[in-house]
Amino acid sequence: MSEGRSRSFYVLSFLFGLYVLFLYGPTITIVTLSFQGPNGGMTFPLNGVSLHWFRNLWAGIGVPYVMDALLNSLKLGALVTVLTVAISLMAGLAFRRSFRGQSLLFYTAIASLILPSIIVSLGIALEFQIVDQSVKALGDSYEIDAIQSGYQTAMGLMSSGLGAHLTWTLPFGLLIMFAIFNRFNPAYEEAARDLGATSWQTFLHVLVPIIAPSLVGVVLFGFTLSWDEIARSSQAVGSDNTLPLTLQGLTTTVTTPVIYALGTVTTGISFAVIILALAAVLFAQKRRARHGSDAGKGLL
Amino acid sequence: MLHHARWTSYWQAAPLAAVFLAFFILPLIVTLVVSFWSYTGYSIEPAFIWDNYRDAFDRCVESLPDLCTTFRTYLSTLKFCLTVWLLTLVIGFTIAYYLTFEIRSSTVRLVLALLCTIPFWTSNVIRMISWVPLLGRNGLVNQALMGAGLVEQPLDWLLYSNFSVILAFVHINTVFMIVPIANSMSRIDRSLVEAARDAGATGWQILSNVIIPLSKTGIAIGSIFVITVVMGDFITIGIMGGQQIASAGKVIQTQIGALQFPIAAANAVVLLAVVLMIIALLVRFIDIRKEL
Repeated sequence: MSEGRSRSFYVLSFLFGLYVLFLYGPTITIVTLSFQGPNGGMTFPLNGVSLHWFRNLWAGIGVPYVMDALLNSLKLGALVTVLTVAISLMAGLAFRRSFRGQSLLFYTAIASLILPSIIVSLGIALEFQIVDQSVKALGDSYEIDAIQSGYQTAMGLMSSGLGAHLTWTLPFGLLIMFAIFNRFNPAYEEAARDLGATSWQTFLHVLVPIIAPSLVGVVLFGFTLSWDEIARSSQAVGSDNTLPLTLQGLTTTVTTPVIYALGTVTTGISFAVIILALAAVLFAQKRRARHGSDAGKGLL
Repeated sequence: MLHHARWTSYWQAAPLAAVFLAFFILPLIVTLVVSFWSYTGYSIEPAFIWDNYRDAFDRCVESLPDLCTTFRTYLSTLKFCLTVWLLTLVIGFTIAYYLTFEIRSSTVRLVLALLCTIPFWTSNVIRMISWVPLLGRNGLVNQALMGAGLVEQPLDWLLYSNFSVILAFVHINTVFMIVPIANSMSRIDRSLVEAARDAGATGWQILSNVIIPLSKTGIAIGSIFVITVVMGDFITIGIMGGQQIASAGKVIQTQIGALQFPIAAANAVVLLAVVLMIIALLVRFIDIRKEL
């Protein structure tokens, strides 16, 4: 261990440093510029330091629906996260045994991950358009008043939008579950079963506590991927916009640092979730190290 | 008991299968079907016509050897793919190598790997916008270049250009190379590297004869990710190209915007076919499930 570092170590460390600067430099730039003074522009120098642009943002920047978009994204992100965790966990359990259609399902997930988002988004939009046209045709031919006067579209944030996001988050969830179960020792479950636990008890008191820290990873991917998703949402969310879609629209119309303030808030929320998730993992690992075994401590 | 256990897998996998069926498989089938439909200003009508494909390849055969718009668009998109692929591969491989072979403490390695991954969990649109104050006409880079007397006029090609598109692609997608390559590298038995060194191999020989061949799967997975992302992109090219650069994905987006859904569907089918061919070429190198 005492051997000195080779020259390649220093060269590569330098390159790594450059890469990290490349990764974070631009973000640091706009975070800095979002504190630009009221008379400051879109670029350096800083013309004083203020919270002016955040106040401006809070007041709605004169662009309507920004706060609505933020809330939409939060709501959708929360729902996507819950569903991603539940559905991936169940599927992860399923894949521990072999079943028919297993590889078809697996390759479908991989395909959903890598096929261009514009195709998936367009497909979902077309699917819902056909549903809409069929429902309206039905309403017209049977003269169902509720449809004729009330029905607009089945498309929406929580229907087509939710589905579009799940096609993006679930493959990641499934891959994480594979990684978890490939490293999972089934002896713990066997021990529980030998001691008379039902399969539900084994799941709740043995399996879930052991994999909980890794499930946090699924939460992290589920929320952040949905929160930032734009390509698949683009054609598939209907009339309500998500935050990234609104942001994309603002890139061409807003010419004040308020867009940096919005960027800072968005990135801040992502970072809060990332830090919370990493802290949760660390906490779970520490806790496990402390209570390594509960042998002899009785049930619960 | 055994019978019971066999059904368990099916209901456990059912929600996942249902989501993919409703929001992935069916939409793909619908896209294929609608690519043969006709349309009016406000609805799409069942039909079986080839007009949409004829429209997608408008005058492509007649005008050869000159390239039609569609061929030119695909050629330009493929060029972006190739450039971004090469850059992300070289950078991603270097970073993965550094993390796997030069960092000795696993805690430090984890922290550095996280440092590379964290931006992946933040907004891509914001990360693109972040380049504006650096690369714009009055941006930091131009200020620095002019301040140093290297240029007299601010450089115009830094932003809203092929350059900024490629920069943003590399910025956002290198992580897709780092993770799978580092994953493959972490499985390389260190004694192989030592054996090669003991047998007198130089650093480059170890790299090209041991490490690169054994990282092949990771390289292939990373390549699939990067190439498919760039191939279907319309967001990055849109924002960083100032909405002025064409791409296969952007053509589809424009047609959707014009409510020409069946034509958009035909173009989507063509894009899908191209992407599938590229993937088929690359999967020869991998068994994904071995990597997890």
